[in-house]
Amino acid sequence: MDFLRPASLAEALAAKAENPAAVPIAGGTDVMVELNFDRRRPPALLDLGRVAELARWGEENGHVRLGATVSYTRIVEELGTVLPGLAMAARTVGSPQIRNRAGVGGNLGSASPAGDAHPPLLAAGAEVELASVRGTRTVPVGEFFLGPKRSALAEDELITAVLVPRAAGPQQFAKVGTRNAMVIAVCSFGLALDTAARSVGTGIGSAGPTPLRAAEAEEFAAAALPWDEPAALDEATAREFGELVAAAARPIDDVRGSAAYRRHALAVLARRTLRWAWQDVSGGR
Amino acid sequence: MRVNLEINGEQHTADDVWPGESLLYVLRERLGLPGAKNACEQGECGSCTVYLDGTPVCACLVAAGQAEGRSVRTVEGLGGEDRLDPVQDAFVRTGAVQCGFCTPGLVIAAHDLVHRNPHASDAEIREALAGNLCRCTGYEKILDAVRLAASTVAGERA
Repeated sequence: MDFLRPASLAEALAAKAENPAAVPIAGGTDVMVELNFDRRRPPALLDLGRVAELARWGEENGHVRLGATVSYTRIVEELGTVLPGLAMAARTVGSPQIRNRAGVGGNLGSASPAGDAHPPLLAAGAEVELASVRGTRTVPVGEFFLGPKRSALAEDELITAVLVPRAAGPQQFAKVGTRNAMVIAVCSFGLALDTAARSVGTGIGSAGPTPLRAAEAEEFAAAALPWDEPAALDEATAREFGELVAAAARPIDDVRGSAAYRRHALAVLARRTLRWAWQDVSGGR
Repeated sequence: MRVNLEINGEQHTADDVWPGESLLYVLRERLGLPGAKNACEQGECGSCTVYLDGTPVCACLVAAGQAEGRSVRTVEGLGGEDRLDPVQDAFVRTGAVQCGFCTPGLVIAAHDLVHRNPHASDAEIREALAGNLCRCTGYEKILDAVRLAASTVAGERA
């Protein structure tokens, strides 16, 4: 096995082009588990830990360009105002030790349906930035996931950043698991309201072959919410939203939970998060 | 491959390192520093927690090559030959150690917390220790230890 240690993004892209089977490693919180348990023996590791370009975030044109290796700890500490949904999800990742190392690039690269960053990125309408020596392209996060652990990433490409629109309204995230820390989500849900565009974004985690949006639920809520005179959310709207989110899920029975439980829990998470978010709009009225 | 790194203030070199090997393996098996413990090898238990460039991490999830040129502080580097760190001392005084296997990782996690936030609430202590499993104590004595260590550190600063 080779250990490739590029010092810049240009070097990293060149190394990936020359060694397409090299496995990128940043925080190592997924990759090292596979190595430690003999599940994977790639010909090379491509260490992205020294590529400064990937460890930065900045605001440009109304969105945040979040480098692939910015840690969850930094997302919690630095991005809670501009990307509240992602920051909430980041706070639920693993443990302090995991959050100190792991980031969104690796979460996307692993493409697990249960990745904690995925629902808020879907809800916010984020795009994934992919780069190679051939150039750079962006893919809407909803089109990035192709199946369990499969993504649109080409073998010579690296995930360099996510482009996340700056929050234009309240955002929420909720996750079901057996404890607060070190949990792979049984199911999770991200919600983003855009009070200017009067639109609703959703993201379902761990209840389908890929993270999913609930398009019908989004359209229903956008039409049903009383944007003009924000009053308290009525029970019927919250319930219908929850049912539509549950209907959009495509869960299976597995060791973490049954499909029926996941659907039920998603309906609960969806109506709760809608209530929490709408409280911010209506001022608790 | 060869890996050069600073551990507890001293330069070390490990040779014949397999590129897929973890920092934990290098510390324990190549450099004779068995303080950080090897248990789950998947970041779940926290018993291998060390500082990497001042940040607590699971040493089992850091590839050895990623530690090249970096600075590592293990539990061996907290106290001295004849002196315990206040966090270690607090664990002893409160009876927070039973079998002791999880202790080095918990001591690092607690050390990080009490130096970042010596006035941490119980909720903040639980959150800071959420990545460290202990199967003996039931955690109550560990919480006592962290509270004691925090008050010692706060007192030193006052």
